[in-house]
Amino acid sequence: MDALLKVNGVSKRYGFKQTLDNVSFDIGSGKIIGLLGPNGSGKSTLMQMIAGLTPTTAGEISVMGKKVGRETRSLISYMPDRPMTENWMKVKDAVAFYKDFYADFNVEKALEMLDFMNLDAKSSVSVLSKGMNERLQLTLALSRNVNLYLLDEPIGGVDPVARGKILDAIVRFYSEDSSLIICTHLVRDMERIFDEVMFLNNGSITLYEEVESIRMKHGRSVDDMFKEVFGE
Amino acid sequence: MSIEFDNNLPIYLQIMNHIKRQIVSGLLQPGDKIPSVRELAADLQINPNTIQRTFQELEREEVVETKRGLGRYVTSEESKIMAIKKEMAGDLLHQFIHGMQELGFKNQDIVTIVKEAVTADGGKDQKGANLDGRIAEG
Repeated sequence: MDALLKVNGVSKRYGFKQTLDNVSFDIGSGKIIGLLGPNGSGKSTLMQMIAGLTPTTAGEISVMGKKVGRETRSLISYMPDRPMTENWMKVKDAVAFYKDFYADFNVEKALEMLDFMNLDAKSSVSVLSKGMNERLQLTLALSRNVNLYLLDEPIGGVDPVARGKILDAIVRFYSEDSSLIICTHLVRDMERIFDEVMFLNNGSITLYEEVESIRMKHGRSVDDMFKEVFGE
Repeated sequence: MSIEFDNNLPIYLQIMNHIKRQIVSGLLQPGDKIPSVRELAADLQINPNTIQRTFQELEREEVVETKRGLGRYVTSEESKIMAIKKEMAGDLLHQFIHGMQELGFKNQDIVTIVKEAVTADGGKDQKGANLDGRIAEG
């Protein structure tokens, strides 16, 4: 009954711009949730607030009953849409950096994932292509042992062929009792790995539903729904 | 294993049909072990809970059975497999007949057309006879 994540009446204002407006939802354990919306809909802001990196203007967020902040750092792993690694690093330095930084980091899992991703531990981070860098960031984020994973556009910079590999890795390596929130605008490529999706439209959640029930009730894909809601 | 999914239809139903088809065509034999939830989810790049649901439904229909601690297996009951075969054939037939009726064919015409088509096909389709033969026996 206890939600893993509770977002209650959360708003965010930057100057005059209302980025998020009174957003509330709960997320249970063992779910992969798609947070969907066009660019600028407030997805990344919401993710950053759940990660405890950006303060809310109003409302409250809690993870496993704890208000987001210092205490929830060990419960959440966040993959930002911009790399967190430094250019001087080699892949193995990035892994060592995470291991030093997070007590819950699983090196064995990281090495297994690197192998699966065809990433060479000796390559320099600076020479990795955008797609390979995304694979590295995903490896680092998923190798932590936490309750909630936040992935911001994990397939944003990858060509369609390589997307499959990333999806494969997400399904293969996420731990089943934790939950994942993945934000993306590439709905068609990702909808099959979601349990539930949320549409974020101009700072409000306009739909929060099980993916299979969308298909069953409306006889259409999440992508079609998405296009109808956000199409111009 | 690869399936072309239609995102407009519930995925668990599509995977159920896919597995049933594999059983009917003999790709999965009675008593064969089927992949774990995690394996199949990763192979198909599908949400694991969706796969879980697929397996639950297949269990409910007694197409697969779970042996505690060992995994899931295709049913060994030939009669069950026959039943799936008939069900799938029934679906195909229903679709076909419905389509033909929509085109304005009368039932008698449909029978004639099918008869002719089967005769014409039979001559050049000797290779498929083995598989077809097995299905026909059912």
